[in-house]
Amino acid sequence: MDAVPPFERFYEQHRDEVFGFLVKRLGRERAEDAFQETFMRALRAYPRLEHGRRLRAWVFTIAANIVMDEARRAKPRAEMPKDLVTHDGEPAYAELEHLAGDLPPKERAAVVLRYGYDLDYVDIGAALGSNEQAARQAASAGVRRLRGRLT
Amino acid sequence: MTVPSTLDAQFRDAAAAAGLVDVAYDLLDTPIGTLLVAAGEAGLCRISFDPEPEREVESLARLLGTRVLRVSRPVDDARRQLDEYFDGKRQRFELRTDLRALAEFNRVVLAELERVPYGSTATYGQLAARVDHPRAARAVGTVMNRNPIPIVLPCHRVIGSNGKLVGYGGGLERKERLLRLEGALL
Repeated sequence: MDAVPPFERFYEQHRDEVFGFLVKRLGRERAEDAFQETFMRALRAYPRLEHGRRLRAWVFTIAANIVMDEARRAKPRAEMPKDLVTHDGEPAYAELEHLAGDLPPKERAAVVLRYGYDLDYVDIGAALGSNEQAARQAASAGVRRLRGRLT
Repeated sequence: MTVPSTLDAQFRDAAAAAGLVDVAYDLLDTPIGTLLVAAGEAGLCRISFDPEPEREVESLARLLGTRVLRVSRPVDDARRQLDEYFDGKRQRFELRTDLRALAEFNRVVLAELERVPYGSTATYGQLAARVDHPRAARAVGTVMNRNPIPIVLPCHRVIGSNGKLVGYGGGLERKERLLRLEGALL
């Protein structure tokens, strides 16, 4: 049931969605490199997977990390926006991605996966190797920390 | 958003070039229908008639590693040689084969099978005798039936002692067609 699927199947299942995510975050041109990098990293790590659960969250974690690396490279800290735009009381992901770079790794991943890609906490927990509750706590701690910095 | 086909191909090629693929496969159009051809680092490991790619991919992953990817370059050599074979321009394949997943007896029989020359036939009994199991004609038949790399390992050249074609994993029609191509049948 939980066997790791052949890479071809995994790739076919997620490539379009991952590509869409990367285009939205990085623009078409940079998305192409990031796409290749995402699936090359996935391919390298693939033999170490112990089961086939939550592979979508797993590959989005890889993609989100690449987006963050890219964002940091492209935009030095000094140019960070001073104000955090909010939608419905929640920070907008575009700004979050830049700002989240300095958070502790777990909080950073939780914040970006939650607000950057809208994954639910069950998936984020699995991606982080913990659980739903821990993911929720990490995300809200991350958001608190970001808000604290901005006031 | 659909991944552009050039980007998709780029990733597949890069994955194979980086040596990160356990098994590469592709589909080939041939005069006897579509074939799925698969190869790993150690060589050609499968040729399937009337392939159902999803099932093939699952089975390759189970036998040889989960990183199975459709990418043409690693099977280009096999594709070219098969094209030449079907054009009547090639009588011997020069391809490494990977039979690790098979039992010892199957490997021995398939090694002997490779020596049956283009354009000729042998019987199941003869092949059994050549591997020092003269009474194992039926077992040899089973090995032929489960040959993972037909055409390249020419099980179509093995027939019944009465001259009947008997059976073929890809169907008797294809066996006959291959033997005709080789000039072994009139």
